[in-house]
Amino acid sequence: MSHDLERETDEGAQQLQPRDRTSPAELRRERGAVLRGVPETFDDQPTDDETMIINMGPQHPSTHGVLRIMIELEGETVLRSKPVIGYLHTGMEKTGEDLTYLQGPTNVTRMDYLAPLFNELVFSMATETLLGVDVPPRAQWIRMLMTELNRISSHVTYVATNGMDIAALSMMVYGFREREGVLAFFEKVTGLRMNHNYIRPGGVAADLPPGWRDDVLRILDAMPERLEGYDELFTGQPIWRERSQGVGVITPEQAIALGATGPILRATGVPWDVRRDMPYLFYDQVDFDVIVGTYGDSFDRYAIRLAEIRESMRIVHQILDQMPAGDYRVQDKKVTPPPRARIDESMEALIHHFKLFTEGMKVPEGEVYVAVESPRGELGCFLVSDGSAKPYRMRIRGPSFFNLQTLPHMMRDGLVADAVANISSVDPIMGEVDR
Amino acid sequence: MTDVLGLPADVAASESRGQQVLHPSRDDYVETVRKLRDDAGFAMCVDLTAADYLTNPNRRLPAGVQPERFELVVGLLSLERRARVRLRVQVPESEPTAPSLYDLHPGTEAMEREVYDMFGIVFEGHPDLSRILMPDDWEGHPLRKDYGVGRIPVQFKAAPEPKAH
Repeated sequence: MSHDLERETDEGAQQLQPRDRTSPAELRRERGAVLRGVPETFDDQPTDDETMIINMGPQHPSTHGVLRIMIELEGETVLRSKPVIGYLHTGMEKTGEDLTYLQGPTNVTRMDYLAPLFNELVFSMATETLLGVDVPPRAQWIRMLMTELNRISSHVTYVATNGMDIAALSMMVYGFREREGVLAFFEKVTGLRMNHNYIRPGGVAADLPPGWRDDVLRILDAMPERLEGYDELFTGQPIWRERSQGVGVITPEQAIALGATGPILRATGVPWDVRRDMPYLFYDQVDFDVIVGTYGDSFDRYAIRLAEIRESMRIVHQILDQMPAGDYRVQDKKVTPPPRARIDESMEALIHHFKLFTEGMKVPEGEVYVAVESPRGELGCFLVSDGSAKPYRMRIRGPSFFNLQTLPHMMRDGLVADAVANISSVDPIMGEVDR
Repeated sequence: MTDVLGLPADVAASESRGQQVLHPSRDDYVETVRKLRDDAGFAMCVDLTAADYLTNPNRRLPAGVQPERFELVVGLLSLERRARVRLRVQVPESEPTAPSLYDLHPGTEAMEREVYDMFGIVFEGHPDLSRILMPDDWEGHPLRKDYGVGRIPVQFKAAPEPKAH
């Protein structure tokens, strides 16, 4: 029976194999030896008899979904590690080729489920670049408001799950409480807590509801006190610092070589934030700081996210001051469906409505890559249009997919208990990794 | 624009919606990326993917670039210059192989596996070229245009054989 089970779960070359079946190049990568500076030889390394390969996941509670990490252990020390992914693969890029541009956001919003608005944003921005339409200012400010609030909710969830992973369970409850506050506002605006389909090519689905300003202020006013609570519970707390300082260190050179972005890159001291360095929306009109770390360890990654919550709050305050009046979606009948009431009185509106929802909008031929700064790093969308109403190729560059590759580097020669802390400090979202 | 970014002048270039695109041949591809990394400061490879142009062969390409079925699309980023450049490399259907960027940008490891998995393009010099998203024994490459959507028999390991009707 055990033999059968082994055969059924074997993923062949995708798995971490015993050393005698692994090529030297792959061994070096699984050892996290890229850019370590010393030529890695394996003569002094233990043999297969002295080590043990274990599976972490895909159902392990600390793996944030269905991440499976195979780890080679010697005692409690991690020698090699390899993420095995694909358990949540649902072919979203292929599905995207079969949906019109108007249906596209419903698909991509399900990728990074902790920051769905960013996926919608990047897809909509790519479509708009291909179309060449200018989105009205109010729509862009609404997009900024919603994505910055989403960044807050995503980062508090990170702090919550990170706490859970190192057994600080009260943090888990606090973090989700803050997240629910933001999600309640999202529900009021978009109708849904997650998978909103709110940001669409041409603008946003609906204007902000009456009283939105008070709701946002209520969220913002409650946060500073809560963040102080986090500081008390985590930042200055000796156990937490022991668990995270000096753990999972990665250098700027390694992070750049591995394509890591977001808090992982910034934790190493590289001040790179797409919002500031290649501004989109109106990020060049708001004032905020790009937070960087020094040591590139687990603690820096935590501290950066906590500080980014404060920066996002700063941005939201400025958005509240600067929110203009006007259209919340572009008044181009070929892009935006007419309001429901117009259909009853205008033949033309009915035709536009019918055409948009049966055929979709024709997008000029071309290809474009657009990137935004999601809570996890650079979220990119590469769209190829052949002039029809559906993308010819839709590619989402999920930051978690790249960031996951830093894990063998962070885990190298660490303890298996720190492996959990490392996984959660990368904050991978498997929906985005596997797509 | 080309001079400002320090892009190699001997590679065919074009522009798409204001974005810089280079079209190196498959043989020059790695050398171009090396030059861009070492001389022009494009230190980061932010994306590596592919597109299958089976049903769209008449796309616009600069003169001298022979369209092929597959196209590798590589996104490079310069943190110092705050600039991006995209590479499009033609890969023929008859010989779907390409050199690996692993030695220049180790971060392309998972992306090249994904492209191999989804498009069946084989990367020479890749340390561990195996499927990454689909199961190890999956047949076909899903993002190819001749791979249909829906009505695909579900392939599970050790699944019972379908009963004869």
